[in-house]
Amino acid sequence: MATIQDIEVRDSAARSALAADELQDMHGEKMVLNMGPSHPATHGVLRIVLELDGEIITKADPDVGYLHRGDEKIAENMTYTQFIPYTDRLDYLAPLANNVAYALAVEKLLGIHDKLPPRCQYIRVMCAELARISAHLLGLGAFAMDMGAVTVFLLSFTEREKIYNLAEAISGARLTTSYTRIGGVMRDLPPGWLDQCQKFCDDFIPALNEFETLLTRNRIWVDRVRDLAVISKEDAIDYGLSGPNLRGSGVEWDLRKKQPYLCYKDLDFDIPTGSVGDCYDRYLVRMEEMRQSVRILEQCTKKIPGGADNKTNEPVNVADGKITLPPKQKVMSSMEELIHQFMLVTEGVNCPPGEIYFGHENPKGELGFYICSKGGGTPYRMKIRAPSFVNLSIVPKIFVGTLISDTVAILGSLDFVMGECDR
Amino acid sequence: MSALETAQKIKAKFGDLISEPAEFRGEITVKLADAEQITAVCEFAKQTLGFNYLVDISSVDNYGDDPRWTIVYHLRDIVNVVEIRIKIDVSEEKSELPSVLSVWRTANWHEREIYDMMGIRFSGHPDLRRILMWEGYPYFPLRKDFPLAGKPSELPGVAFTKPAPLEGGPFVTVAGGKDAISREPRIRNPEE
Amino acid sequence: MRTETEIGYNSKIEGDVVVTRVDAALNWFRKNSVWPMPMGLACCAIELMAAGASRFDISRFGSEVMRFSPRQADCMIVAGTVTYKMAMCVKRIYDQMPEPKWVIAMGACASTGGMYRSYAVLQGVDNIIPVDIYISGCPPRPEAVLDALMKLQAKISTQPVLENLMAVKTLQNH
Repeated sequence: MATIQDIEVRDSAARSALAADELQDMHGEKMVLNMGPSHPATHGVLRIVLELDGEIITKADPDVGYLHRGDEKIAENMTYTQFIPYTDRLDYLAPLANNVAYALAVEKLLGIHDKLPPRCQYIRVMCAELARISAHLLGLGAFAMDMGAVTVFLLSFTEREKIYNLAEAISGARLTTSYTRIGGVMRDLPPGWLDQCQKFCDDFIPALNEFETLLTRNRIWVDRVRDLAVISKEDAIDYGLSGPNLRGSGVEWDLRKKQPYLCYKDLDFDIPTGSVGDCYDRYLVRMEEMRQSVRILEQCTKKIPGGADNKTNEPVNVADGKITLPPKQKVMSSMEELIHQFMLVTEGVNCPPGEIYFGHENPKGELGFYICSKGGGTPYRMKIRAPSFVNLSIVPKIFVGTLISDTVAILGSLDFVMGECDR
Repeated sequence: MSALETAQKIKAKFGDLISEPAEFRGEITVKLADAEQITAVCEFAKQTLGFNYLVDISSVDNYGDDPRWTIVYHLRDIVNVVEIRIKIDVSEEKSELPSVLSVWRTANWHEREIYDMMGIRFSGHPDLRRILMWEGYPYFPLRKDFPLAGKPSELPGVAFTKPAPLEGGPFVTVAGGKDAISREPRIRNPEE
Repeated sequence: MRTETEIGYNSKIEGDVVVTRVDAALNWFRKNSVWPMPMGLACCAIELMAAGASRFDISRFGSEVMRFSPRQADCMIVAGTVTYKMAMCVKRIYDQMPEPKWVIAMGACASTGGMYRSYAVLQGVDNIIPVDIYISGCPPRPEAVLDALMKLQAKISTQPVLENLMAVKTLQNH
C-alpha cells in the first residue's frame, strides 16, 4: 500500500528563505554560471547567464540570437513564393504549420484567405494538425529526456517517423516540406494518403496512452514538475505568452476558436486549459492537445470534399491566373497562361499595397506575420512575430527562486525553438 | 465593442493626435501624430478599452522618406477578441520614443529587438541592449541602406563578421531586384 | 570460424590469434566507436536526433553516446547554421576536444552557409575549423548522416597511427 507523505514546505524559494533564517550569520557570495549556447538541455542554442546563491537561482538573463540568420532582411529580397522554404526553418519541428501560416498571411494581403477552395482548406488543416502532433511529441520527448526519462524520447521519435512518412508522401521531404503555395498547396494528396493518415490516428492513441502511463502519474515526474514555475493568468497575458503556455495558465485563448480561419469552424474539438499554471499543467495541456488534434484529423479524413482520390476533381488552388501557376499543358499552348506563368515566376504574386497582420495557432504559440507591402512581388517589410521569442521573455521572471535542477524542467515545459526565436 | 468603435473612442479622447481610423482587409489602423504620447495612449487602451495583450511591436524603415521610422503596435483584447493597430512616425534625427514597458511587460524584448535591428532608442527602457546581434556590433542590420550580405566587423575575442562572398564569379546572382530578369545569374562587375 | 588463406590467418594453425598491423587494429578500435559531439544548432539537429533514434539507429556504428562534453567526444557533427555570434563558441569547443578528432559538416548551412547568404551567417563552418566530411542536403536524410559516418570510418582506417605516436615519442625524448 502506498503511503503518502506531505512535504511541509513545497516551494523551494520558501524553503531557502526558511534555511536562510536559520543560518543568519552565514552569508555567501553569489556565483555566476553560464548555461552556455552549447548545452544538451537548452533545446537549441540558448545561453542563460545564471546568478546563483548556493543552488537557488537569484537572477537569470537569457541571451538569444545565436541562430539569428537574418530572415526578415532576406524576405525583403525575395518574392513571396521564394520565401516559403525560409518559413519551414522557423519552427523546424512543425514546418507544415509554418507553411500554412505564411501562405494564409500572404493570402490575407491578397484578400483571398477566406475564399480558398474547401479541399485546400481541409488539406491545410490536416497538415497543421499533423505538425502540431509532431512538434508536441518532440517537445515531450526532449523534455522527458532532459529529465532522465530516455525511453519516452525513443518512443516519441518512433511516432514522429510515421508523421515524417506522411509528410514525405505529401510533399517529398521529411522535415522541410515547403508544401503550401500562395493560393493553395503544391499538389493534391497522393493516393492512399488518407488511409495512411487514418491508420496513423488509430495507432497513435495507444502510443499516447503508453506515454501517459510512463509519465503522467509517475511519482518522480510529478514531484519534479508540479508547482514549479507557476505563471499566473495576469502574468501570462502581460508577458504576451501564447499557445500551450498561455492555456496552461488558465487563459482560454486559441486562435482556432477565437479568430477562426480555414475550416476550423466546421470541426468539433475542445481547447484544454490548465488551472495552476505550473510545468505539470503545461505538460498536461500538450498531451491533451495531441488527442484533440487526432480528433480533428479523423474528422477531416471523413469530411474532406472529394474524398481520398478526389474523384470529383475538387480544385486545390485558387483558380486565379495571377496567383496560381497555370497547368503546364495550357502554358505551352495558350498565350494568356504563358503570360501568367512568366509574370508569376519572374516578378512573383502581385500584392496590393497595404499592410496586414495574420496570427496562426502554431504548436508553440501564435506565429504572426506582419507584412507591409508597397505593391509588387516582394514585401517591403516582413516582421515575423515568433511565439518562442515572446515565450522566452518570461524566463528572467520565473527562474528566480528555483533550483538549478529545475531550470531544465522549466525550459522543457516552455517548449521553445531557437530557430523561431532568433529567425 | 468592435475595433472601429474602440478606434473612435481613442480618437475621441486624444483628439487631433489620432488620425481617422483606416480599414484594410478587416483590420483597423490609427496613426498617432506625436510619438511622445504613445505611453498615454497605450495606458488608455489597456485600462479603459481593455486591450490587455500586446501582440507585437514592429518597425518599418521608410528609406528616402522623412520621417524615416514607423513603429507599429498591434494591440489585442483577449476577452472580447478585438484587434487594433497603432502606427507612429519617428524622424531619423530623433530616433527615439518612449517605451511602453510600463503598460505591457512583453514590450521589453520587442523594443530591444527594434533597437538592435533598426537603431531606434526607447526612453524609459531599463535595459536597452542588443538582443539578436552581439554587444558591440556596430551596425543596425535591418535598415534599408545596410546590404544583405553584411559588412565586415571585428571584435577580437567576441565575434567577427565577413560579408557573404560572391561565388567567385563570373556568373553571380543578386538578391533583391524587381524581377527574376534582374536577379538571374550573369557576368557582373564586382562592385554591383 | 575456420578459414584458410594464403596470407595471414589460418585458423587450424593459429587458433584464436590474429596477426595484423598495429595501425589496422588501433584504427579498427577507433572507427567503430566514434563518439559524436552533436553541435546541434538548427533543423539538421532534428535529423541528427532522428539518426540517433530507433529507426535509423546510429548506435549500430558505435556512436549512440552523443557526448555533449567536448572532452569526451571524438567527432564534432556541426548540424545547422553557424552564425557569426555562435562561431566563436564552435571554435572554442572544437579546441577543447582532444586528439584525434574529426569534424562532419552536416547540411548545406554548415558546409557553405546554405540558403542563408546574409549578414549574420558564417558561410561554411570550414572557415573556422577543418572539416573532414561534408554532407549535403537541407536537411540531409538520416541515411546520409550514416553514410557520412561510414565514409569517416573509411577515412579513419587509413590514418597512420603508429608513426605519429613514434614521432611524438622521439620529440619528447629530445
